[in-house]
Amino acid sequence: MRVPLTVNGTTSEIDVEPRITLLDALRDLLGLKGTHTGCEHGVCGACTVLADGAAVRSCLMLAVQCDGIAITTIEGLAPGPGELDVVQDAFCETHGLQCGYCTPGMILAASGLLAKNDDPTDHEIRDALSGNICRCTGYGQIIEAVALAARRLRQNNLRPALDDAG
Amino acid sequence: MTVVSRRFVSTDRRVREDRRFVAGSGRFVADIDLPGTLHVALVAAQHPAARIVAIDGAEALAMPGVIAVLDGQELSAATNPMMNGLDTPEVKRFPLAVGQNRYAGEWIAAVVAESRRLAEDAAEKVRVEVEPLGFVIDAEEAVSPHSLPVHPRHGSNVLLDRTFTWGAVEDDFSRSEERLSFRVTWGRSSTVPIETFGVIARWDPWSGILDVWASIQMPKYADQIARALKLPGNAVRVHYDVDVGGSYGVKRGIKQTVLAGYLARKLGRPVRLIEDRLENMRAGDAHGPERIFDVEAAFDRDGRVNSMRMRALDNAGAYAGRAPFQLGKPIGAIVGPYRIKSVEYRAMSVTTNKTVQEAVRGFGQSPTNYAIESMMDRVADHLGMDRLDLRRRNFIRADQFPYLIPSGSTYDSGDYHAVVEKVVAAAGYEALLAERDRLRGEGLCAGVGLAACLEPSGGNSSFEPLLNEKNRTSTWMESSRIIVDALGDVTVNIHTTSSGQGHETLAATVVGEVLEIDPDRIRVVRPDSLASLPGNSPVGSRMAVMLGGAASNAAKDLKRQMLAITANRMKVPVGDLVYDGGDVIGPGGSRLGWSDIVEIAHRRFHELPPGTSPGLTASFIQQVPTGVALPKDGKVQMYPCYSFEFHLVLLSFDPVLAKPEIHRYVIGHDCGTVINPHIVKGMTLGGIAHGIGAALLEEFVYDAEGQLMTQSFLDYLMPSTHEIPPVEIVHHCTPSPLTEFGQKGSGESGYLGAPAAISSAMQDAVAPWRVTLDRLPIRMSRVSDAIAAAQEEGVTSQ
Repeated sequence: MRVPLTVNGTTSEIDVEPRITLLDALRDLLGLKGTHTGCEHGVCGACTVLADGAAVRSCLMLAVQCDGIAITTIEGLAPGPGELDVVQDAFCETHGLQCGYCTPGMILAASGLLAKNDDPTDHEIRDALSGNICRCTGYGQIIEAVALAARRLRQNNLRPALDDAG
Repeated sequence: MTVVSRRFVSTDRRVREDRRFVAGSGRFVADIDLPGTLHVALVAAQHPAARIVAIDGAEALAMPGVIAVLDGQELSAATNPMMNGLDTPEVKRFPLAVGQNRYAGEWIAAVVAESRRLAEDAAEKVRVEVEPLGFVIDAEEAVSPHSLPVHPRHGSNVLLDRTFTWGAVEDDFSRSEERLSFRVTWGRSSTVPIETFGVIARWDPWSGILDVWASIQMPKYADQIARALKLPGNAVRVHYDVDVGGSYGVKRGIKQTVLAGYLARKLGRPVRLIEDRLENMRAGDAHGPERIFDVEAAFDRDGRVNSMRMRALDNAGAYAGRAPFQLGKPIGAIVGPYRIKSVEYRAMSVTTNKTVQEAVRGFGQSPTNYAIESMMDRVADHLGMDRLDLRRRNFIRADQFPYLIPSGSTYDSGDYHAVVEKVVAAAGYEALLAERDRLRGEGLCAGVGLAACLEPSGGNSSFEPLLNEKNRTSTWMESSRIIVDALGDVTVNIHTTSSGQGHETLAATVVGEVLEIDPDRIRVVRPDSLASLPGNSPVGSRMAVMLGGAASNAAKDLKRQMLAITANRMKVPVGDLVYDGGDVIGPGGSRLGWSDIVEIAHRRFHELPPGTSPGLTASFIQQVPTGVALPKDGKVQMYPCYSFEFHLVLLSFDPVLAKPEIHRYVIGHDCGTVINPHIVKGMTLGGIAHGIGAALLEEFVYDAEGQLMTQSFLDYLMPSTHEIPPVEIVHHCTPSPLTEFGQKGSGESGYLGAPAAISSAMQDAVAPWRVTLDRLPIRMSRVSDAIAAAQEEGVTSQ
């Protein structure tokens, strides 16, 4: 089945079986290996991507469902080769990761939160990340990273105003 | 004490690995696409034990894209059995069941196809005819002489039954004023990394090399693959530049790799086996210890604990592997941080029809710490003493180090009282108790928990010769190589994979420290196993000590060479020279710069001093400090360095719902000199989260039919941001006298004491109802049922 898939601002036509998940399509057809496979039943959040700005689990979406939806993967965050965005840099600053496997999903879940709310409380951060399991960090430095990213975003006068919906 | 000023060690530098991971540019095994790769899916056994009558793959093989169906008969005829740690030759283990399977979910056939999807479809078409056999899942039943043996040729289920007596146990028991005994059980959980195990194998018939990419954390991995596949050691090339998505001990992957390696040779194409979650949970052979402790303590009325008898009965699952050794490592800290004079320890490991046990963070130490700390709490309760006072009374004192414990290990250094007092001050122990009582006044169950324990670090394998006399291993080295190229830039080689421990940062930091150059200018790379010096991978909390030692000693050798070159050039004794930030200063302030020394080393052989090789390179193979002797009389020096941690927790829950809320979590941590504070903090917080999971949530539960009930993340519950509270860390530093910078290990920190601390708090919370909690994980349902039962019997919490 042919379907247009828009990922990180680029639309390409892919040919997939209807049963292929968005996760497998991203990894196997588009070569975007930053989206990781964890449980494949929607619990761990390692495969989190943004769909029209909202964090979703790419293992629970079929590729053919994504026609007309803008998908953002971890590869779409960095402003340029070797450059980190604010959230990525904050994760490096606080060491909000260890093995790096849950990290792309964690950063996208955090980005989804911060796009709507750049002054989240500790509880709001925990809520936004509660669907992403990390076995390395115990979450402490991840929560610090998101709070740091929020602070830097608020201080960043280059940042576009939040959507009215946000 | 002299204060050592350091440029990079202990400073708040970023972890260099993080950059690639936040960009999604890590290179995990599943990210590696080789042209022509075939994919494996597994056919799993349905019964806990069954004789395999026939496996018919014809229908599967007839499907388009399906290449092969492999069973255990063919595989076992072509390969050697996988290694057992103990001398148990009749407990044979192959990647696929041979003749009969021994646990539900065990792999009995492998299907190979052009894609994973096709392989999964075809696996459903493999017809397996079986005859169900009797089975045993309970360790106490398995240990009985009347039990069905899981391996009939072995004769019984007992893999290990060894009793050690260290010190005058009988005398100390008879002289003590009081004694008590109890049983606690550590439930079967594991580390369950978010990345399952994966391996890709490719055989090149022209070079005769099997290339392996795997998410591996396994000592002597390449050797074991070569042995099992009957290949020369230099025919297996493991690529260490693969990022591992979490392991914490379990990613040993021998069976998966032998299977993929065999298929790659047989089929002449790269073969990829990436476990799906179900394959991982029930047959990845990565469950952790499951252990029943029977403990007897002898103590005086003033609170001094004199002696301990402990029987630990561990359920190893269906095959032996290294699981029984997890009863051996805790011998190195069998008295915890206490001055217990004598110990009798009976270590028993049995086979059952459950999934195979593998190494888990701490290698058996956390369950044992839970038993020791339960003992300390019960002794305090028996005597009506404060639990903290009891521990203070029994701690080894700072002036007693180095301290020899009864089982033969010498603790290197520590100041347990100082760490505890810092935590008590930071947390406000009395205020914490008052807050507990206030919560109780509101009708909640509230408890304060505490736990003190050690983290043995710098891992060697002394438990192997201790438990298996045929094993004569006394060394457990780690290596590093440094190359200064002709442009003067520095590259460090490390010879292992990493699973989040930040070894590249570690190596760059210590080399930068010794050479006095910015670690950010140092490249760290991982050659493959054929280009590597010997090592034993990041197990046993060893890399700060061992890789840190190897890299810093190699750097010191480089510095020595640079001084020798300069002395030759200046015609002065080496003793007159001072190394200064990469330059060497001679008498009268004359200076030879880094680039000049590099130039001489690389290009001017005629200016090199005698005995110096051209090119600036150095290799160092680090032996475990203290790791020089075999066991004697049932005693041995286990790991060299001993980190200390003290946990203090306040939690509460509604007596009907019993869902714990952790209000305060403070840990005091002393792992000697910290090399990178971010890394140590992360290890500690992550270990505590894992420990909270083991204490309250995580368990591989089997039903009476021998089926694993918790096969998915919907059933095997892991802590999320909602269950893990903010944790306060109180630092203390007692340097180790045995290591380069005074560092000790921290890879298992937090996890070694958190389960005991949570258990202590939960027990304190239910104590008013005279309920005893004696099993981990402590399930909400069990707590609320026990309270309800107590209430029905008329017990009130007042």
